[in-house]
Amino acid sequence: MMLASTADHLFWMSRYVERADNLSRILTAASRIAAVPHIYGDEPTNEWESALHTAACVDTFHATEREPNAENVFAWIAFDDDNPSSIANCIRSARTSARIVRTALTTETWESINSAYLELKRFPKTDSSPRAMNRFIDWTRQISMQVAGSQFRNMLRTDEYWFSRLGMYIERADNTTRILDVKYHVLLPAHEKIGGGVDYYQWASILRSVSALTAYHWVYRQSIKPWLVADLLLLREEMPRSLAACYLNITSFLDELAMVHGRQGPSQRAARALHARLRNARMEDIFNTGLHEFLEEMLVENGRISDTIAKQYYLQ
Amino acid sequence: MHGTNGAIRTAYRAVETWLDETPADLLAQRHAEAELLFRRTGITFNVYGESDAEERLIPYDIIPRILTAAEWEVLRRGLVQRVDVLNRLIVDLYGPREVIAAGILPEELVFTNAAYRPEMIGMHIPWQIPVPISGIDIVRVDADIFYVLEDNARTPSGVSYMLNNRDVSMLLFPDLFARNRVQPIEHYPDALLATLASLAPANAPSKAAIALLTPGSYNSAYYEHSFLSDRMGIELVEGHDLAVRDDVLYMRTTAGPKRVDVLYRRVDDDFLDPLAFNPDSMLGVPGLFSAYKAGNLTLANAIGTGIADDKAVYTYMPEIIRFFTGEEPILRNVPTWRCREPDALAYVLDHLEELVVKEVHGSGGYGMLVGPASTVHERTTFAAKLRAEPENFIAQPTLALSSCPTFVDGGIAPRHVDLRPFVLSGSDETRIVPGGLTRVALKEGSLVVNSSQGGGTKDTWVID
Repeated sequence: MMLASTADHLFWMSRYVERADNLSRILTAASRIAAVPHIYGDEPTNEWESALHTAACVDTFHATEREPNAENVFAWIAFDDDNPSSIANCIRSARTSARIVRTALTTETWESINSAYLELKRFPKTDSSPRAMNRFIDWTRQISMQVAGSQFRNMLRTDEYWFSRLGMYIERADNTTRILDVKYHVLLPAHEKIGGGVDYYQWASILRSVSALTAYHWVYRQSIKPWLVADLLLLREEMPRSLAACYLNITSFLDELAMVHGRQGPSQRAARALHARLRNARMEDIFNTGLHEFLEEMLVENGRISDTIAKQYYLQ
Repeated sequence: MHGTNGAIRTAYRAVETWLDETPADLLAQRHAEAELLFRRTGITFNVYGESDAEERLIPYDIIPRILTAAEWEVLRRGLVQRVDVLNRLIVDLYGPREVIAAGILPEELVFTNAAYRPEMIGMHIPWQIPVPISGIDIVRVDADIFYVLEDNARTPSGVSYMLNNRDVSMLLFPDLFARNRVQPIEHYPDALLATLASLAPANAPSKAAIALLTPGSYNSAYYEHSFLSDRMGIELVEGHDLAVRDDVLYMRTTAGPKRVDVLYRRVDDDFLDPLAFNPDSMLGVPGLFSAYKAGNLTLANAIGTGIADDKAVYTYMPEIIRFFTGEEPILRNVPTWRCREPDALAYVLDHLEELVVKEVHGSGGYGMLVGPASTVHERTTFAAKLRAEPENFIAQPTLALSSCPTFVDGGIAPRHVDLRPFVLSGSDETRIVPGGLTRVALKEGSLVVNSSQGGGTKDTWVID
């Protein structure tokens, strides 16, 4: 039992921290692939443009009429006050929520978020040298590690914990699906024949943006195949950022909640149904019915489950 | 720290030795570390009207303020007596009004006062304790004389600074604690919780549900609200977390509505219940007052306790104490001129440059004239205000406030201090942790210790 509004804030606090982390990975992937000379491919792609798509802030960026180059996109995703989903704004939003529900946090969790908020002011926003970018990216990841780590290690396993974790995995499911959707065209099986050096980098970059490049090799023990990239990120439960793993977690946290509250509800049913679907799915079928369509549906379904949790527990 | 003859008071000897032994740069370093600790923990307060400095630190001074156990014992007895009378006074003013009938307190001071709440007249106050939590501001003028400067019976704040100052100084100066027997204060949240629990309405379950009501995270004292609810393990709620049904207060939880029996509210009277008080309030809970009236809820503090904060009522406290207890007041009032009395007004107007003149309803150090520090122009303007509404003002001599060594830019220098002990009145006993919050005027020569006007705080030690 906890205050309904506290559940709301904890859920979103974790979502924002996870989003900041995901954004930092998108930036890493973009800067990696942007460093590959375009002469290897037929059509030069703008990786920074694609990073904006993945980060779901392409429209807001273009409204500023800035050129989508490394400096501008990095600044937009990392720092810009006008981008509601910039890393800086995610950290501020997380800190605002954290401050409101401070009593539901451990000291370590609060101090990690609050220190991040204070340190944020120190980063020079105008410096977009690779060194500065990397430093900021590393810093962001450390913050999310500290926050998630302090929750995992020290929080009581009560409502507070389950709602924090749910926020994190709902956000992660959203992010993984989005990354795949932006690049789905290079993952289609037909693409393999076309595939040249640039495609290889594209696939590797997708893996990198969810920190799964090494994991890929351990799971499949072969060179990168586009359909296996999709398989890894959608259906493999041992891959902690895959959609299937997210739903493995979401169902189990919702079950814990149901146990405490003595009642299963619509969110438990919806999450379990989605998880079962992912468990039984085969990549081949997904490709046949359309990868893009599948991803779009997953995005909508994930959003709907997030709303169902809210309605069931804290937006009475 | 020095006695009247310039000798170091015994209580400070250990601290003096320590200050002499510790190199200046180490002190400066500790000072910086303390600031970092406060920022990290987020011990900040918000200043209204200063968007740039949304969250500011109250400066913490690393050198503790020290009282001996014997000095504290006198203070403690005086506080118990005074707060007991404050509670009896408020019960009386909303009940039989004997203190008025006996001619002790002029009735116009009460009934024309905005802090007096007619809604409370005749109301049953749970356990006859309208002021479970009070903060009494005390100043010291020489070795033996402590004056009460102000009673805070509404919602005194600052106790979180008292507790955090202790945490930080124990972290930074373990060696200093090793050399002194400092009486502990860490149990304050437990004492507060026990006090609140002791005041649950008679029909509450044996384990009463207690919550702390905050105006929200933009409130200047929000840190304190979250800190206290955390240390007590009670829910920190805002108005929208609460609802009243059938005269019972509930909080909205993930498992549906849950009853609340005792509300430690840090929201002002006016904003508590839009149905009973200010209809525009977004902070309160519609129907809260009816739950209180029905006897299903204890409010700490009760509504309308601000009447005892009033500086005009304050001037009558010595007589009020004698009236209710038949005893002499243990703690004295600062000698005060009531400007509503013509003789006093004439004296005050003649002596403006040596007096401190305060608005009777003011707080936070605003709306006052500090005579010795004022310009001719300020005095002329103030005199006009005084003549126009003399009943709005009281005047007091500028006191030779005691000072305490304080870490400032130029090293260590004396600065004026006051003391706010926190008194908890339960149905079972009165609890006071030794010491309180010492506030220090960081500007040289200044007597204003309010944090909104550049004051700082110190850890306060009562040593055996």
